[in-house]
Amino acid sequence: MGTESMTAWDYLLWVAFPYAASGVFVVGHLLRYRYDQFGWTSRSSQTYENRLLRWGSPMFHYGMLMVIGGHVVGLFIPKSWLEYFGVTEHLYHLGATWLGTFAAALTVAGLAILIYRRRLTKRVLLVTTVMDKVMYVFLASTIVFGTTATVLYQIFGGGYDYRGSISPWIRSLYSFQPDPSLMSDVPFFFQLHVLTATALFLLWPFTRLVHVFSAPLGYLVRPYVVYRSRDDPRGAGARPPRRGWEKSERPLERSRK
Amino acid sequence: MRVMAQMSMIMNLDKCIGCHTCSVTCKQVWTNRTGVEYAWFNNVETRPGLGYPREYENQEKWKGGWVRNKRGRLQLAAGGRLKKLSQIFNNPNLPQIDDYYEPWTYDYDMLTTAPAGTQSPVARPKSLLTGQDIDIKWSGNWDDDLGGSQETAAQDPILATMSEHVKMEFEKTFMFYLPRICEHCLNPACVAACPSGAMYKREEDGIVLVDEDGCRGWRMCVSACPYKKVYFNHKTGKAEKCTLCYPLIEQGKPTICSETCVGRLRYLGLMLYDADAVLAAASIENDQDLLDAQRACFLDPFDPEVIAAAKAEGMADDWIEAAQNSPIYQLISEYEVALPLHPEYRTMPMVWYIPPLSPVVDVVSNSGSDGEDARTLFTAIDKLRIPVEYLAGLFSAGDVVPVELSLRKLAAMRAYMRDINLGNEPDERIPNAVGMTGETITAMYRLLAIAKYEDRYVIPKAHVETARELEELGCSLDNDGGPGMGGPASAGHSGPYGNTVGMPLGATVDNYNEMTGRSSATAPTTPGRVNLLNWNGSGVPQGMFPPIADAGSPA
Repeated sequence: MGTESMTAWDYLLWVAFPYAASGVFVVGHLLRYRYDQFGWTSRSSQTYENRLLRWGSPMFHYGMLMVIGGHVVGLFIPKSWLEYFGVTEHLYHLGATWLGTFAAALTVAGLAILIYRRRLTKRVLLVTTVMDKVMYVFLASTIVFGTTATVLYQIFGGGYDYRGSISPWIRSLYSFQPDPSLMSDVPFFFQLHVLTATALFLLWPFTRLVHVFSAPLGYLVRPYVVYRSRDDPRGAGARPPRRGWEKSERPLERSRK
Repeated sequence: MRVMAQMSMIMNLDKCIGCHTCSVTCKQVWTNRTGVEYAWFNNVETRPGLGYPREYENQEKWKGGWVRNKRGRLQLAAGGRLKKLSQIFNNPNLPQIDDYYEPWTYDYDMLTTAPAGTQSPVARPKSLLTGQDIDIKWSGNWDDDLGGSQETAAQDPILATMSEHVKMEFEKTFMFYLPRICEHCLNPACVAACPSGAMYKREEDGIVLVDEDGCRGWRMCVSACPYKKVYFNHKTGKAEKCTLCYPLIEQGKPTICSETCVGRLRYLGLMLYDADAVLAAASIENDQDLLDAQRACFLDPFDPEVIAAAKAEGMADDWIEAAQNSPIYQLISEYEVALPLHPEYRTMPMVWYIPPLSPVVDVVSNSGSDGEDARTLFTAIDKLRIPVEYLAGLFSAGDVVPVELSLRKLAAMRAYMRDINLGNEPDERIPNAVGMTGETITAMYRLLAIAKYEDRYVIPKAHVETARELEELGCSLDNDGGPGMGGPASAGHSGPYGNTVGMPLGATVDNYNEMTGRSSATAPTTPGRVNLLNWNGSGVPQGMFPPIADAGSPA
């Protein structure tokens, strides 16, 4: 793994692309928050269909929270720190693999229910935007590649120590000393997983995924009844008309070809 | 004591003929958009009946409103904060769109474009959700006038609490209409349930609103409102609700539903209340004590102490005066004929109702007795347990005493005024029997029966002079080129996502005087220019001609 063996592709995929995605991610969110508060919502379709959503949504979301937690521990906490606390490679591998597999199973099953519902419930399908579909492709492929990599290399393979390659590579990006060589020998499905995830981050601010940043933790501490003055700048007043305030018209039967 | 003002409404149910004009005008103004086709900020339901959405009063099912927990503290019926957050991925108490109804339109186009044939063309109903043909099975007022109620009325949550015998006899006995809007509660459960803190109660007039920018579509407000008066816009993914037509109220005008009410049964006015007393009142142990507890929160606007406290809070003199002239105060606190809808939900609702006497009068008249005789009516109120108990289930948590008292006053008014109209000697014993005098009963008659426009609506204008001016000035300066380069009317509001056409006028300015005031010769919207359309011909306003060039220099 020497710098001299690096190709332009390595720099493109493991340096330029992640930085571009991070830039778009940050700036995109700032712009969207500034200019499209009205569009900042999870756009729930629960009122259309609840029988499948009741299972699919909590499974997917709780599974996802566990997955995110696992990634934070695996990617951002250096191996040596955990070892200091007595978490050996073997112990970590066991925990990460089994907890990770459980979380992945929950997430994948939830996602399968959600995609099935979105495709086959006519009401839900008709409100699905193009951006939703693009987002679903990248979200699903990221999850599927990540799960595949775990199953192939961690469960059936000998166990791949991504904390020796992928994790330091990510930290090298955030310390602005990018080292693409760390990624060039990583197993194929891990590489795919990283690339689709990076693309997902790039798309993130332009999708409904922005609702992740609205997790309402403040609800736990605020007073129940909120008072606001009419003169509050956030209150009702003169402002431009918003998207969605349009005439009620019959939707086109898009699915009938 | 923290004095706050609440803009409140009272509806006199005796006068409601169930014409739905309020619902239709409200819809035209507020919800004729995609995503809220199914939403009626104002709806009129026939009782007994299921209401809209179906069985909304069944809180065993929907878990709306507040409950008093074992420690005597108030808690949302659906659970505490942690439980609510844990259910954020799927709200288990959310009504489906079919619990309201699947919105539809008709294929009107077919009527004009169908080719010539032997049959007349038909405009088939088409779903507004899927665009396909639908069989219409339910709507916002499907059981109007008890239509089909032999099938559905048994599911009425109020009837369910009454006995089987009552259910059978009830339909034959009486029917009335119940128009409903948002209650603009003093202790709103929807506001308390909003995880984003985007719902709020306005400090000035107590109107409960949704900040559309802050709403993140978690839908907790929809399920927390026991009256189901917050709606989820399924296209924008945001909550929407009755605004009490705040742009009109701010100008001192009644809401659309009140203005267009054919029966003139709606009253609008201020109620002063002690905001510090609300929580304790809403947490009182016995459901049937909630009515009196809420009444005790209201403040007497003539009490010098209250006036002083209100002024200390910064309340303007015209608002205090409006509170003193408020028909709401008279009907709730002076005459005590108005009652709240479902006080047992513990939200302290502020749209109250005068229960209908007409069912009682109808029964009396149909039996051949004198429907305007005080003694007959009083006896009938005592005897007709079914309507009284049903009304008590709606307006006083099942306690028949306040309903009886209110109905007896209405009966007394009817009997007392009959004598006057016939030129007989008025019988003072009639008002005395209900704890009133001839004088107060005549005043109540003027308010309820004559119901002059200016007596029904006592709405002080909002004091927005300074704040709004600043806001709009800021906007017009934002435009490219600034003032004088096209002005607010033509310059778009530009941003990275494109331009919107024109700049919207302030929500509170919609009458001719205020519009012209903005572009008059004395205060042009574009500084340095004059609008000749508004020039009255006298004198030469500043800015009519270009500045006169100095002598000697080229013009």
